[in-house]
Amino acid sequence: MLARRIIPCLDVRNGVVVKGVQFRDHEIVGDILELAKRYAEQGADELVFYDITASTDERIVDREWVTQVSALIDIPFCVAGGIKSVEAARVRLEQGADKISINSPALLRPDLINELRDAFGRQCIVVGIDSFFDGKAYRVKSHTGDAGKTRETGRETLDWISEAIERGAGEIVLNCMNNDGVRTGYDLDQLSLARKICSVPLIASGGAGEISHFEDVFNISNVDGALAASVFHKNILPIPTLKTALSNTGIEIRI
Amino acid sequence: MAVVIVDTGCANLASVSFAYDRLGIPNTITKNKDIIQKAGRVILPGVGSAAYAMRSLQERDLVTVLQTLAVPILGICLGMQLLFERSAEGNVQGLGLLSGDVTRLNTGSYPSPHMGWNVLEDIQPCQLLEGISNDDYVYFVHSYAAHTSPDTLAASTHGQQFSAVVGKNNIYGCQFHPERSGKTGAKILENFARMGA
Repeated sequence: MLARRIIPCLDVRNGVVVKGVQFRDHEIVGDILELAKRYAEQGADELVFYDITASTDERIVDREWVTQVSALIDIPFCVAGGIKSVEAARVRLEQGADKISINSPALLRPDLINELRDAFGRQCIVVGIDSFFDGKAYRVKSHTGDAGKTRETGRETLDWISEAIERGAGEIVLNCMNNDGVRTGYDLDQLSLARKICSVPLIASGGAGEISHFEDVFNISNVDGALAASVFHKNILPIPTLKTALSNTGIEIRI
Repeated sequence: MAVVIVDTGCANLASVSFAYDRLGIPNTITKNKDIIQKAGRVILPGVGSAAYAMRSLQERDLVTVLQTLAVPILGICLGMQLLFERSAEGNVQGLGLLSGDVTRLNTGSYPSPHMGWNVLEDIQPCQLLEGISNDDYVYFVHSYAAHTSPDTLAASTHGQQFSAVVGKNNIYGCQFHPERSGKTGAKILENFARMGA
């Protein structure tokens, strides 16, 4: 059986890994290569690198660290941040990234998803979605890397998930912004709604704080993978402890 | 033995090379016919679409070269799918080194693409899979697959059972990515480089 994936997310800013609370107040948490190696050795199933400054600063992610990560680790990794063209995606994949993830550029120009699918196949195209619950509806935001530049998109989250899949997304990472970095659990309601309409792998993001949060998001929302940052960066929840505990509850986990 | 990685024009060539670097096994990425013809081991990697990859091999004049190699060849992911007669992805003719077609994986109620770590099952004794056991996890990412057949050396299941590893004479293929499959994948790449011709 396909194992549920545990995915540390490394937000990269100016060449180092950072983490903020609700997308603000970024603090440095460590070196890209050191963290990548540590997580791979601890049993992470995959890594995601988000260059969170890329979309807001109009620059593409620095190339060198992608190659270095690819040379270093023997698990898959995904690179996100400022990929606005087929060429930019090609560069990351040639450097050794297994998947590329797009967020704001896909919202500005949805055809980008189709173009990437046609060039590389659906299986390496991830669409990341930052979703905010405003008390009435789940709404998609863009350019969330910098609190001052975050934009409303006028799109509702579930509609955008369906459109992204139709256009060629091979995986959806749904980041529930209200829960991000606060470690009170994943947004199970929203993720369960997303699961119903999401025919491609669905990855939960935002809110992981303890083992039961992962257990719930797999058992209740039936997601394929759970992404988390601060619990791993701050060593609140070591990956081996987490994976053993989840496996012991009967969830399919790669130990 | 040194490994030659065929430059298929697809995008994930570096990671296979890096995996052999980590094993300390010499390797080259090339689209040069002479180098491929003289190689002791040939790897056919690939991500993307079957149509694009076959066109790229044709443009590089590599189809006959690959079809006439006597040394062990290992196709990885899309590279494995190209070894068969035909792929339903774009209805493309493959290299025809293995009999059978590649069809869309029927994942049933499970998400597609099949993406993530899944277990190997029904492993047959062979040099390529020496030291690998049923229930070892490897990393898959694909929407199309080859049915199980007498050439299947290991299977896996996602909605339906399919060939995870195939082999016949000097022709081998892995549907998963050994270069991204931790210690299990590294062992398979090492076995391929060291196996008897």
